Amino acid sequence: MGRKLLTENINVPGIQSLDVYRHHGGYEGLKKALGMSPDAIVEEVKKSGLRGRGGAGFPTGMKWSFLAKPDGVPRHLVCNADESEPGTFKDRYMMEHIPHLLIEGMAIGSFALGANTSYIYIRGELLYVYHILQKAIDEAYAAGLLGKNIMGSGFDFDLHLHSGAGAYICGEETALIESLEGNRGNPRIKPPFPAIQGLWQRPTVVNNVESIMAVVPILKMGGDEYAKIGIGKSTGTKLISACGHINKPGVYEIELGLPVEEFIYSDEYCGGIRNGKALKAVVAGGSSVPVLPKELILKLANGEPRLMSYESLSDGGFVTGTMLGSGGFIVMDEDTSVVKNLYTFTRFYHHESCGQCSPCREGTGWMEKILHKILDGHGTLEDVDLLWDIQSKIEGKTICPLGEAAAWPVASAIRHFRSEFEEYVKNPSSIKKDNHYYRVNNISSEVA
Amino acid sequence: MPKVTIDGQSIEVSEGTTILQAARMIGGDIVPPAMCYYSTLKTSGGYCRTCIVKVTKGSEKDPRPMPKPVASCRTTVMDGMEVQNTTAPDLLEARKGVVEFLLLNHPLDCPVCDQAGECDLQNLSYQHGLAKSRYEFKRREFEKIDIGENIKLHMTRCILCYRCVKVADQVCDSRAHGVINRGDVAEISTYIEKSLDSDFSGNVIDVCPVGALTDRTFRFKSRVWFTNPMNAHRNCTKCSGKTVLWTSGDDVLRVSARKDVYGEVEEWICNECRFEKKEKSDWTIEGPRHIDRKSVISANHYEVKKQLKIDVSNQKAIDESAHNN
Repeated sequence: MGRKLLTENINVPGIQSLDVYRHHGGYEGLKKALGMSPDAIVEEVKKSGLRGRGGAGFPTGMKWSFLAKPDGVPRHLVCNADESEPGTFKDRYMMEHIPHLLIEGMAIGSFALGANTSYIYIRGELLYVYHILQKAIDEAYAAGLLGKNIMGSGFDFDLHLHSGAGAYICGEETALIESLEGNRGNPRIKPPFPAIQGLWQRPTVVNNVESIMAVVPILKMGGDEYAKIGIGKSTGTKLISACGHINKPGVYEIELGLPVEEFIYSDEYCGGIRNGKALKAVVAGGSSVPVLPKELILKLANGEPRLMSYESLSDGGFVTGTMLGSGGFIVMDEDTSVVKNLYTFTRFYHHESCGQCSPCREGTGWMEKILHKILDGHGTLEDVDLLWDIQSKIEGKTICPLGEAAAWPVASAIRHFRSEFEEYVKNPSSIKKDNHYYRVNNISSEVA
Repeated sequence: MPKVTIDGQSIEVSEGTTILQAARMIGGDIVPPAMCYYSTLKTSGGYCRTCIVKVTKGSEKDPRPMPKPVASCRTTVMDGMEVQNTTAPDLLEARKGVVEFLLLNHPLDCPVCDQAGECDLQNLSYQHGLAKSRYEFKRREFEKIDIGENIKLHMTRCILCYRCVKVADQVCDSRAHGVINRGDVAEISTYIEKSLDSDFSGNVIDVCPVGALTDRTFRFKSRVWFTNPMNAHRNCTKCSGKTVLWTSGDDVLRVSARKDVYGEVEEWICNECRFEKKEKSDWTIEGPRHIDRKSVISANHYEVKKQLKIDVSNQKAIDESAHNN
């Protein structure tokens, strides 16, 4: 049984309300933080080894220490709650069930960074969560936990909640900043990085919801203690949104370093593949990371078991590895069609490309059309090679990582499941169009 | 002063210079092509990705190479930086890919396009493009829009370089022109298709690298290479009045701003000079305009016969691949 730091009290009835939250130790972390110096908090986060939970895995303490601090210029902390990666739903779950944890984390983070005004940018589709969070913020204001002189510490702190308008691209930090400023949500060209010139050209830190929440237990238990959880440079706990053909889909908090096999098959977590089917492939960190076949997701190339950690999942680079990403764990059983699944992903990236730079704007649509052609039974073997060539020409040529996010699933699907593409090309008559758009041929829908 | 080496040629430039500007200071074939960057427009560049270069050494302090190709128009030089452009085959391959993406949805209607002959995309595809398109699907199409009396927006041809958006932002007085929608259906538009109402709105025509924004007073009048470009000026209260007249006999077919060797406007001109003064008597003609660009206009130039600076070996390869296909 792994330790639960973020989800410990999540099932307490009424934890959404301030009273219940405080009754269970809420805002103790903030109280402790306000008694410390801001630099000491940053130091504590550095010691904890916490890495960004949004996908890139950049050390949070280091990000905080990079923040420029020119005199007389306000600084900002922005929480990236624009969680829209297909397969990832951990932030929504947390904000919906325990909103005060995020508010407490925002207050601690802002105090550590010297930011008097901070923002939570929430995904537009999560309107009901917006209302839950706004209610929690109002409660916190009324209790003096936000606003002027919070908890009598002399620190003024305003927290604003801002809703996006339904664009995946606004999860990219500079696009998020543009959107928050009221502009079209196009990613900015870096440098300058947000730590130097972010929101309104002021130094800004953008952190994922889970990273900010994790600061609360780090403060309560101490950075050193937090760093003892996990394995190697992957410290602490991680929320994994498990979905797909498993018996128990949902959000799980794991200690990093848990074997992938245990995560999929143990009853404590996913509970194995549903309907007694066999595992085929896993997308381990949200739709943009490479898909891995069963042999490679359970075992490293050298035969050792693969663990749920930043290092172990990316072992072997993209040839035999993948990424922890945002923790969107999509499990596919033996009846799943990787090609149909890839078409769904590619259609998503085509739809969400902002259209600012040419490789992503044109390339994503082209890939979708070719995949559609293959699934329609008109594909040729050259089309598969062309897909590979297009993805290689998008990757690394774009302004923001959406280009890579669109290219990696295509690359990995062709790398590991090329025979499946060839089967579609060679036997187009066998492609059946049923309601299960991600299912392989000849599988009736009764298994669902 | 930082010293940067591009394709083996070194130059010292002032702090804050971009790689592209440094390359233009050196000049010649090592200058990366640029479709969206415009030195006189702030925050332009970085979108089209044709100017990507490979940085093999970051700087003297931090000699690590940059992991990905960078947009040379938006990356400032560091002391001791080493850059590869034409000497890196993998980079040229990547650029070929970018050109292919730019052409993917571009209608190849050059025979009826007013921009043909002075089109940056045409020149770019001639030098870096494939002989044959690998795209076999329907290209996207938009309705043509008149933005005002004098400007035609033909969105189908647009490559979304954002130059006109920057002009509308920075040169014109009100912001009425921008991008709507996203992805490959994003389009340049004005607020509810209103006209661009500003004395300097005509400049969006000059900055457009393709035939998406054209001069309605010149549309379908003549191919540019049949016209004689003449430097001319007049006393104008709004702008410098320094222009190029594109004439045919005694007729002034078109008035445009003067462009430098990289196709960038030297001085913005006003709409009165551009659209209303269409008589030779309105102007003091200075003499023939010397056009030193890799462009069809200079190919048929009446002024002097000159060698085009196009790499013939590349052309041979294009011919052969066209033949083999």
